[in-house]
Amino acid sequence: MLKIIIDDKYCKGCMICFNACPKDVFKPSDSRSKLGALMPEAKNHEKCIDCKICERLCPEMCISVNKDE
Amino acid sequence: MHELAEKYLRKEALPLLFCPGCGNGQVLNATVRAIDELKVRDDLAAVSGIGCSSWIPVYLDIDVLHTLHGRALAYAQGLKLSRPDKKVIVFTGDGDCGGIGGNHLIHAARRNIDITVVMINNYIYGMTGGQKAPTTPYRSKTKTSPYGNDENPFDVSKVVMAAGGTYVARWTTNQPVQIQKSIQKAITHKGFSFLEIMTQCPVQTGKYIFKNQDPWETMQWYKDRSATKAEDIEKGSDQFLLGEFVEDVEEEFCERIARERDGLC
Repeated sequence: MLKIIIDDKYCKGCMICFNACPKDVFKPSDSRSKLGALMPEAKNHEKCIDCKICERLCPEMCISVNKDE
Repeated sequence: MHELAEKYLRKEALPLLFCPGCGNGQVLNATVRAIDELKVRDDLAAVSGIGCSSWIPVYLDIDVLHTLHGRALAYAQGLKLSRPDKKVIVFTGDGDCGGIGGNHLIHAARRNIDITVVMINNYIYGMTGGQKAPTTPYRSKTKTSPYGNDENPFDVSKVVMAAGGTYVARWTTNQPVQIQKSIQKAITHKGFSFLEIMTQCPVQTGKYIFKNQDPWETMQWYKDRSATKAEDIEKGSDQFLLGEFVEDVEEEFCERIARERDGLC
């Protein structure tokens, strides 16, 4: 199982990860980051295929996809 | 926060000043990965001019020189000639590199000095409020061309190829892996290497040229208008070619100086 963490300290809510994900792992949410933006939320962890395109396309480098030990 | 960001960014300077969805952050992301892969952190010196894209190296925890508008390449050449052991990488924008510093670009390429130039092309002067840049497409309306741009845009990659750059590549922000590999290749390449990255500026280019301020829509616009094969490009359309255009081996300027003027460089 993979764990996707979005850092709420730096996320600006551009939603590139939500649009880029090939498996629709991310969903828009009502929670706000420390910068005041509406953040996406990693809802479907089990669908993730570890392609890490969200990590690479994140302009703030605030997403990390890790193996959950 | 990603572990590489933790390792290579200056935490006291964060958050990044870029707008939400800006392509400069994606270039920074690819650069951090390239530095980590090559393990060149201590050998690298970054130089930049003025503009949004010139803020990319400010966040990197390496040696950084933030200089005058358009003169980043002049400073970088001086740095390279006085410290040939350093790998110099220049981050610059389309207006900074092709417009105001255009002459420096041509002459740095002519000398084939070992510098890596990463030019971030967003079609507009973003930081100062959306003025017309040398790369703005024909007929686009901007703040300083309210009736449409009457001039033809500048293909900076072609200029560098003609001037004698020995590594030239162009990618859009849709290809983060290719950007990383090209930065790695450009850093290790001996000679003038030039990398043009087409990025989205959701605020200024989005407002004036694309009429859509969503960063993902702009990335898709670039994806639809780019191709990696020359035969896929329609003549007279606004499509552009991606890929690595030139990869040559020629004598490098610092080596030539060392050979000709013994011990000077």
